[in-house]
Amino acid sequence: MKQNQILTPMRRVRGLGAAHTGTQNFWHQRVTSVAAIPLTIALIIIVISLLGRSHAAVVQILGSPIVAIVMLLFIINTAYHMWIGLQEIIIDYVHEDKLKLACLMGNTFFVFAIAFASAFAILKLSFGV
Amino acid sequence: MVEFTLPKNSKITQGKTWPQPAKSGGLATDVTEFRIYRWNPDDGQNPRIDTYYIDRDDCGPMVLDALIWIKNNVDPTLTFRRSCREGVCGSCAMNIDGTNTLACTKAMDDAKEPVKVYPLPHQPVVKDLVPDLKNFYAQYASIEPWLQTVTATPEKEWKQSYEDRAKLDGMYECILCACCSTSCPSYWWNSDRYLGPAALLQANRWVKDSRDEATGARLDNLEDPFRLYRCHTIMNCSKACPKGLNPAKEIAELKKAMVDRQV
Repeated sequence: MKQNQILTPMRRVRGLGAAHTGTQNFWHQRVTSVAAIPLTIALIIIVISLLGRSHAAVVQILGSPIVAIVMLLFIINTAYHMWIGLQEIIIDYVHEDKLKLACLMGNTFFVFAIAFASAFAILKLSFGV
Repeated sequence: MVEFTLPKNSKITQGKTWPQPAKSGGLATDVTEFRIYRWNPDDGQNPRIDTYYIDRDDCGPMVLDALIWIKNNVDPTLTFRRSCREGVCGSCAMNIDGTNTLACTKAMDDAKEPVKVYPLPHQPVVKDLVPDLKNFYAQYASIEPWLQTVTATPEKEWKQSYEDRAKLDGMYECILCACCSTSCPSYWWNSDRYLGPAALLQANRWVKDSRDEATGARLDNLEDPFRLYRCHTIMNCSKACPKGLNPAKEIAELKKAMVDRQV
């Protein structure tokens, strides 16, 4: 709420009007939550199966098609879920306009960087070079 | 940023301890201790907590009885809202023993002693236990809580089946006391843009009304990252409601309606 403004309570409440968005984020957050259940279980199984293996064996397992696809799905799903979730938290707690925009941008950059770095690692293991 | 500490002029100080109630031949024996938030807009002082002692032999059982007893017998400057004294008007909503509730339906014996009484949290204070609820009422008005139709008004009443009428149970009972909204952390941080559980429960009351023809416009008006989606199912609202309603469920119903019209 800005200082030195005289606004009626109704003017404040109506503000800039309804944004007519939010439902998609809400729904996608639920979809990615459900998807995270089997994907996380699969990830745990994969990690356990890597325990005590040699480097070459680990590279071979992670590079094999089914494992790599599951890992990629996990990365994409988690990154998207994290992106929405962090955005919600920023919107909840950060109210200063410039700081909020910086945080929202930072969140997007961070999530994309993490997701692409992780995905690149898996792809490199799959396709070699 | 969200403020996690009180501003300097809202820091609470130790207040006055008022004398124990006297009885013929000494002090009253059955006494309950109260710690009550006091703030006067006119004296330039910070808020303070005053200590009062209630003579239980001379006072009704509810917290509101105690407040009225204090006002009549100890300190006439103690300020609070009250009207119906039976839980239907919602005037005496305040924070008692750490929970938002109605002073008139909360028994003193159900609260830990000393009984702590504060105004509803995170609202501007007008005086003592009286919060400024202008924003809360404007939010209620913004959901347009009246029947909206385009069909010509029927000669007699708008008809509604028993089943459709039953869908309003759990919503029409809301007395707009603001206990739920002011117990909600999302509302604390974003009450300028988040409508809060009370207004959203009322919104759903009209969305669910079979006679209302503005359902889509009502949902349009709510579809907003702040107005509706600041609810993160914390559920303090349902815990606080002195009428035993479940605002969290009604907000979930609204979100469900939003998804239903998209998929």
